[in-house]
Amino acid sequence: MSNTDPKLPYAITLDPGTSLANHTGSWRTFMPVYRDALPPCNNACPAGENIQGWLYHAEEGNYQAAWNVLVQDNPMPAIMGRVCYHPCESACNRKDLDEAVAVHAVERFLGDEALKQGWMPEATHADTGKRVLVVGAGPSGLSAAYHLRRLGHAVTIREAGPMAGGMMRFGIPKYRLPRDILDGEIARIVNFGVTLELNQKVEDIPAAFESEGFDAVFIAVGAHLAKRIDIPAHAAGRILDAASVLHDMETSPEPLQLGRRVIVYGGGNTAMDVARTAKRLGAEEAMIVYRRSRTEMPAHDFEATEAEQEGVLIHWLRTIKHIDETTFTVEKMEIDANGRPQATGEFETLEADTLIMALGQDVDTSFLQSVPGVKIARDGVVDVDEHMMTGYTGLFAGGDMVPSERTVTVAVGHGKKAAHHIDAWLKGQTYVKPAKHPLAAFDKLNTWYYDDAPQLVQPQLDIIRRQTSFDEVIGDLDESTALFEARRCLSCGNCFECDNCYGVCPDNAVKKLGPGKRFEFLYDFCKGCGLCAAECPCGAIDMIPEAS
Amino acid sequence: MHHQIEGSEAVARAVALCRPEVVCAYPITPQTHIVEGVGALVKKGQLTDCEFINVESEFAALSVAIGASAAGARTYTATASQGLLFMAEAVYNAAGLGLPIVMTIGNRAIGAPINIWNDHSDSMSMRDAGWIQLYAETNQEAVDLHIQAFRLAEELSCPVMVCMDGFILTHAYERIDLPSQQEVDAFLPRFEPVQVLDPAHPYSIGAMVGPEAFTEVRYLAHDKQVQALQLIPEIGQVFSEVFGRASGGLIHEYKSDGAETIVVALGSVNGTIKEVIDVMRGDGLAIGSVSICSFRPFPLDELRDALKSAKRVVVIEKNLAPGLGGVLASNVRMALRGATATVYTVIAGLGGRPILMNSLHDVFIAASEDKLTDVQFLDLNQAVVDLELERARTTRHSGPTAESILRQNAKVGE
Amino acid sequence: MTEHPSQSVKFYQTGTHTVGNRLLDETKRTVQASVDRSNAITSGHRACQGCGEALGARYALDSAMRATDGQLVAVNATGCLEVFTTPYPETSWQLPWLHSLFGNAPAVATGVAAAFRVKGRKDVRVIAQGGDGSTTDIGFGCLSGMFERNDDVLYICYDNEAYMNTGVQRSSATPPFARTATTQAIGEAPGNVFGTGKNLPLIAMAHNIPYVATASVADLHDLEYKVTKAMGMRGARYIHILVPCPLGWGSASDATIQVARLAIESGLFPLFEAEHGEVTQVSKIRRRVMAEDYLKVQKRFAHLFRKEGKDVDKIAVVQRMADHNIKRFGLMDEETAQ
Repeated sequence: MSNTDPKLPYAITLDPGTSLANHTGSWRTFMPVYRDALPPCNNACPAGENIQGWLYHAEEGNYQAAWNVLVQDNPMPAIMGRVCYHPCESACNRKDLDEAVAVHAVERFLGDEALKQGWMPEATHADTGKRVLVVGAGPSGLSAAYHLRRLGHAVTIREAGPMAGGMMRFGIPKYRLPRDILDGEIARIVNFGVTLELNQKVEDIPAAFESEGFDAVFIAVGAHLAKRIDIPAHAAGRILDAASVLHDMETSPEPLQLGRRVIVYGGGNTAMDVARTAKRLGAEEAMIVYRRSRTEMPAHDFEATEAEQEGVLIHWLRTIKHIDETTFTVEKMEIDANGRPQATGEFETLEADTLIMALGQDVDTSFLQSVPGVKIARDGVVDVDEHMMTGYTGLFAGGDMVPSERTVTVAVGHGKKAAHHIDAWLKGQTYVKPAKHPLAAFDKLNTWYYDDAPQLVQPQLDIIRRQTSFDEVIGDLDESTALFEARRCLSCGNCFECDNCYGVCPDNAVKKLGPGKRFEFLYDFCKGCGLCAAECPCGAIDMIPEAS
Repeated sequence: MHHQIEGSEAVARAVALCRPEVVCAYPITPQTHIVEGVGALVKKGQLTDCEFINVESEFAALSVAIGASAAGARTYTATASQGLLFMAEAVYNAAGLGLPIVMTIGNRAIGAPINIWNDHSDSMSMRDAGWIQLYAETNQEAVDLHIQAFRLAEELSCPVMVCMDGFILTHAYERIDLPSQQEVDAFLPRFEPVQVLDPAHPYSIGAMVGPEAFTEVRYLAHDKQVQALQLIPEIGQVFSEVFGRASGGLIHEYKSDGAETIVVALGSVNGTIKEVIDVMRGDGLAIGSVSICSFRPFPLDELRDALKSAKRVVVIEKNLAPGLGGVLASNVRMALRGATATVYTVIAGLGGRPILMNSLHDVFIAASEDKLTDVQFLDLNQAVVDLELERARTTRHSGPTAESILRQNAKVGE
Repeated sequence: MTEHPSQSVKFYQTGTHTVGNRLLDETKRTVQASVDRSNAITSGHRACQGCGEALGARYALDSAMRATDGQLVAVNATGCLEVFTTPYPETSWQLPWLHSLFGNAPAVATGVAAAFRVKGRKDVRVIAQGGDGSTTDIGFGCLSGMFERNDDVLYICYDNEAYMNTGVQRSSATPPFARTATTQAIGEAPGNVFGTGKNLPLIAMAHNIPYVATASVADLHDLEYKVTKAMGMRGARYIHILVPCPLGWGSASDATIQVARLAIESGLFPLFEAEHGEVTQVSKIRRRVMAEDYLKVQKRFAHLFRKEGKDVDKIAVVQRMADHNIKRFGLMDEETAQ
């Protein structure tokens, strides 16, 4: 029948929309499918944050929702937004378009907002009745404690020192991490239901299980023993180590006196931190001596830049060969074809009254010597299996004391990972990390659709105040700028409901399911032209061959 | 009410009495006075609720009419000759879509050579387009047929052409009885289209129809014309009841009862024919005539019945089917299939050539004596034709025939 | 120059480039983003895969449906759009729709508009639509007549630059050098050798009608803005929408929008509006490409890119057309145009 009204002319006049009877899906040789790909930021995050996930809420101005997603993985966003070296941003696809999304700045904004508003994470699991001891209140221990608590376990942290925070407090100067922020986020973890015991050095691990009845123990005591090297000295001046300097900065009631001319020996972030600290403490000359060039230094480039801005003088390609009172003989080095420094036989001298060694730190494993089954690797770190368990059943370890890159973010990630393994172990199970989606590569994006929007620059403290005070160098993004920055996210690999597929289909073969529910293909009508996939900004649609 | 007015003006007023809602106009002689008349009535405010649209071509005129009619408006236009050919595609389309447009044809010859005078070549070219074709014998009938045409078209959802001879009728001043608005309103109900473009009922009109249904669609078009064979006399009957005079119908018979020789023709020439018949009847010849009012649908049965006494039928044809003879004659033969009467085709009045009583008289006499050959050209100047044929035979680059004939005519006339 | 509303929106991740955007105010999202869009052409039509015309027609008509609150009638010329939507016994149209002939859509629409006007239905609006063949060639007379009378019709031309329905023959909108079935890519002068195509938007402007605009399936916001604006006006209006044809242009079925975008970004298809014969608004090129970038993704220009070498001269001719458009319409800001 052409129409249902018998008065209407036969065949020439048709009832509306009757072509729905014609299923053009049979034309298809390729079919579109929605997929979720792993955004490079998430992939790069050592703390395993779902960065794209929380940015999604932040884009809508729904900051608490964003923060809630964030703290599912990381309980310390305000800290992380300040001290993380943000590998997410190095991986960000947007850097190939204009500049990477300033993830850290948005994270910091959310973290600060949470502290201001007093947001608390949502508890997700009922109490299990299991008790876990966490040894060490550094980033790894705090993170593990938080996640274990979320999973329903009773958690006690024992910290040998007088304050929680570990290297966040004793390694990172307050001009990078103000202490009210640090204290605020630690306090929130405690308020979340974690017991924190300070000045409690754990000496006897087996006793914690046997006498105190802990079901599992996670140790994360960090690495705080300064590495030293011997430098021939006729008559050495004052020689300090960076870890102690930064520690004393935190604990000493009196301002430290480091001297008028300070040499920091090393090229890592700690070297930068301690040189900048020296500058702030009034050193007329704060110098860094490093045996390789800027290209090879372990410190992040921006840290060297900021140090130089503040007047720190960096002597690249130099080793200290000899000290005579205040005269330092240094040898010029050059980088060979393998990227290693080689002595040149050329020398020069520098004048300084203090030398601060910033050559890295070792783990204090003495308390583990007597624990049966625990193995110490050759470089002084603790061996753990793929479930982060040591050779002693129920004893897990993480953070700087196990083989890893030593950053706060990695430590926080360890804490989360350990918590999952401990949780599984407590339940007699094995934790299997969910499989990763394929990586969302830049070439899968259709970047035409993103607005042109270069990164916003966070305000910086003026140079005089940077050289003379410990005020935070990098300022906040305000709400509108944080929102702008969040909205620079490309949502690589994951549908963000831009409606492009729904709009560009010439066959109306895409059904819109409503906010948050995304879309589905109507395969009865989809002809497989591929326009939806080609015009998807974020590469969330694949075309796959039709099963014959 | 009676008026001494031009045929075109009378038709314009009649159309206006039918309350058309959209009228499209494009000028072509001899139809111009009709649309000018309607336009003036609209402008004067005598015809209200009517869109009078001047368009850029006949093709556009009928196309505008198609759109207007499909949107439910009573729609009218008029054309002639080349104009009808230029709208040919739309002529078929309007019928195919079943749109009850009424269109006047001021019958005129088709060029080349260009000729503005009357014959039936134009409307005959569209005889199979699916329109109903009514031919007016007089201006009074032209008026009456237009009023009936709207009712017929709208009842059937089929377009209707009312054909009236160019100049002979369109430009002739006669005494016409124009009905009152009340009479017309009583006769012609409001247009209730069977289908209409309407956002409340969003049909698609004008689908592409393939072999699986096209034959059925065409059958239905034929069936509509068959229905019209019933409807045309019925409407004619109602008309005569309302207006007090007979008009329309399928055919008009004149002294044909028992006639041995019957003349068949379309349109105004029937007036002349009747006068000749009167003369010949006076001379004792059994001669009569049938004027065909409805050429499409063609009233085969009615005509066959009207011609049942005839031994011979003379078709006076203002139209030529080159290579065959006459279109009307062919149709008449269809009506007489199986009958014994001889049918003579007389081509007459082409391009406005006057059809003289004497010429008709001679032809009818010849026919009654069965001395007529088929396909006669009335008053053909055989000498000119022979000369031209000879010239064309001998001269390769013989030039345009029409101009040559004009030259020959001049010579022959000397 | 009036401000183009779709350009005044501040940064919202994708701004107004995507069809929808959950960050935008509802009123600034496209009609196409709405689950309530009318789908004036529904699924099951028989357009080729990736058909630009099917897309463009739905974009335009859904937008007009929104603008008229559903009080809309469409008149369609013969052509692809008509054939692929209404083969008996199925139609894809969900609005009242009339097809008469190839060359008369503007006149039929005039009649429809007249009928609604005379019946006092001023709320019902009329769109006539057709491809470039019915618009620039066979229906040109009727279109010009409709313009001249300033009839209350929006005419939309879906320009795919050839007679696609009959198998890709040249029309007066076919660009130079394009291969069609009647301008084969053979001989001394392969492809279309005639002029630069008939520029109907400019011809429409010469009628001094209230509104003329060009639009593209590559810029939905702009297209909807223009259709909505046109439906807010009375009188004769003309919108010329570029709709790539994968079949006729030899482009990939998933490249329809991309090809349309390259046409804009190269300057070969300028997006502008004109009121009463004067240009009032121009869409600036956002990321300029060269004409060659546009040509080389279409097999109809493959003879300009033969293995033995590019036809540099002919490509330069097309580039000059693009440059001319950029200058004529001011498609680039002064500093970026250098």
